[in-house]
Amino acid sequence: MLSSQTSPSRVTIPPKLASVLQVTPMALVFLALVIVPLGLIFVVSFLDYNFAQVFPELYLETWVDVLTSDLTLALYLKTFKFLIIVWAITAPLGFAIAYFLAFHLRSNWLRTLLVTAIAIPFWTSGPIRMVSWVPLLGREGVVNQALLGAGVIDEPLGWLMYSEFAVLVAYVQMLTMPMIATALNSMAKIPPSVIQAAQDAGASEWQIVRDIIFPLVRPGLAIGTIIVTTAIMGDVVMVKFMGGSQVNTVGMSIITDLNAFMYPPAAAKSILLLVVVLSIVVSLLRFADIRKELRN
Amino acid sequence: MTKSDLPAAKRAKSPRGLSRRGLLKSGAAAAAASAFPAPMLWAQNIKDVTITHLGQSYSTIPEIEAKANEDLGFTVDMQTAPDPTTHVNRLLTQPKSVHVTDMPNTNLKYFTGRGVLMPVNVSEYKYWDQTLTLFTQGTYPDGTEASKQGMAPIKAQYWADENAQEYSLTPTDYLVGVPLYYNADTLGIRPDLIGRPIESWAELLNPEFSGRVALQDGVSIGVADAAMALEAMGEITYGDKGNMTREEIDKTIDVLTALKREGHFRSFWTNFDQSVQLMASGEVLLQSMWSPAVTEVRTRGIDCTYKGMKEGYRGWYIMMSAMNHLEGLERDCAIEYMNWMNSGWAGAFISRQGFYNSVPENVKPFMTENEWGYWYEGQPATEDILNPYGKVMEKAGVSRDGGSIWERMGNIGIWNTVMDEDRYLVRRWQDFIAA
Repeated sequence: MLSSQTSPSRVTIPPKLASVLQVTPMALVFLALVIVPLGLIFVVSFLDYNFAQVFPELYLETWVDVLTSDLTLALYLKTFKFLIIVWAITAPLGFAIAYFLAFHLRSNWLRTLLVTAIAIPFWTSGPIRMVSWVPLLGREGVVNQALLGAGVIDEPLGWLMYSEFAVLVAYVQMLTMPMIATALNSMAKIPPSVIQAAQDAGASEWQIVRDIIFPLVRPGLAIGTIIVTTAIMGDVVMVKFMGGSQVNTVGMSIITDLNAFMYPPAAAKSILLLVVVLSIVVSLLRFADIRKELRN
Repeated sequence: MTKSDLPAAKRAKSPRGLSRRGLLKSGAAAAAASAFPAPMLWAQNIKDVTITHLGQSYSTIPEIEAKANEDLGFTVDMQTAPDPTTHVNRLLTQPKSVHVTDMPNTNLKYFTGRGVLMPVNVSEYKYWDQTLTLFTQGTYPDGTEASKQGMAPIKAQYWADENAQEYSLTPTDYLVGVPLYYNADTLGIRPDLIGRPIESWAELLNPEFSGRVALQDGVSIGVADAAMALEAMGEITYGDKGNMTREEIDKTIDVLTALKREGHFRSFWTNFDQSVQLMASGEVLLQSMWSPAVTEVRTRGIDCTYKGMKEGYRGWYIMMSAMNHLEGLERDCAIEYMNWMNSGWAGAFISRQGFYNSVPENVKPFMTENEWGYWYEGQPATEDILNPYGKVMEKAGVSRDGGSIWERMGNIGIWNTVMDEDRYLVRRWQDFIAA
């Protein structure tokens, strides 16, 4: 390599061209596999349809319905409700657990062990994890049996399973882990000397958390929030099972259309969802410099 | 009208005049050729042929695949579609990746004007004469007309002509496919938890069972069940509850939405396992079910009955069709395979799961007298009834819920359906789920 660099016959590529050449393969892949299909989905959303067929005729009713119907409003309200509740639980929980793991554990192996323990439920497959909720939350499940046994209730609680409550429980169980992981990642980058300096200056633990750790962990929480947002906005599996197919969200509604072979409304709803999710992600990225977070 | 009623010339005309079997059959050799099993004629040519059969978990059964490969001179490769949507999408968008398929009646509406399915000439299918008139003419054995509410078999049994674009309500020479299995579904109930007889679909929406009933998640079956209940309650009078007008759809969804807001429905189920689990766990007291799901609940030692309601059953059937791209030997083998499917062995296998086969007289020799009596005639079992895998599923002395085949199939209130207003119905169903 060194010798070829000094060779007079070597053609030097201008740096700008080199950059272009370097991004070209990825750009082509992105164009072919993302931009072009998205364009097709966009076109399909304007076409007429019936019985698994899409006709090449302009049909604007789909968009009128998607943009003005009570259904769309209800779907987004329900989805955002889930998002806000789950975020309000997982963010403080993730932060607190990460804080404990990062600053209160002195032993490295114990930390590794506990982080692994958080991941253990995810070693099983999604469907099995979901079915396992039934013996816990079902009408004849452990929780109901315990409450009945303790005399707290007279008859089993139905709303523990196949309900919005059940969907929320499953989301929190699944999405606390990414919150912990991203917060922990940010905390691990805080130099111990900074904390020490604060302690030496007489800061209380609460002051350190509020004035030093939280601002430095905010980018991590922002990334965790992005993961929670995209997971909930795009979820169709958990909400279907835990909600007993009785809870309609943006994602579920798209699946219902697809299963009925109604592609234009599914396409229009997908595009709207994409716009909404991207807007959220873009605004969240103002709080986090992804490149900086990835650098270590 | 049966095959023998058709003019001979019309019968002999194959949609693909050059097909080998077509030529043989139309020639003077027809009688002689059909006297020998076909594999003897072309065993050398067909041994390299592979027929790909795309179906769903209930139809692509490994035991049937193995038996087909044993009986036929060519290879049968069964492939299971992961879900109904993928199944239909593959047939519509990659028809050449499939040779033969089977699908529920509710999918057939997607195949008109597509040119994807092959018309099967009546003369190519050996058992059309022995096929029940429910399929060939839309009538029960006593000659009375079967219900046409919903996607009745006669609505998608015949192509109007050899171009196979539109269905014909009157018999023609061109079959959409060969009917395989069918059944009469009803409410599965937990008698131990209900403690009184359930005789009407109206009970599905009875406030007494609020929070303890389930619906199938979808417009083909869920809405059909609900319509049976609403009509039984006198809540709504339908012109044709299997093919509602927009006004009827609105009324139906409004009533269901009000019930859902009151927490009437425990859950909606999407697949076999979910329906079993809801019933077995006691979450649900009554819900529309499939026969094998009831059997599954019972094999867990939980009492579950499946009696007919006074308004009749909800019927469905599975049709086997070949794909239109087939030619020459592959086409011959595909048709041979479809003939084999209804020649008895496979029909007996699925009958032991609680379904019926469209050519019962072929099935009879493959079942014991006890099995035939239990499954088809509604007789009390003289000895233990085994499922297809040899497991005891019913003790001697018990007879089938609902009785004989015609006590059950002869009383269909509605067929699983895809309505003309499907687009509107799916849109309103979304409102219902979101409520």
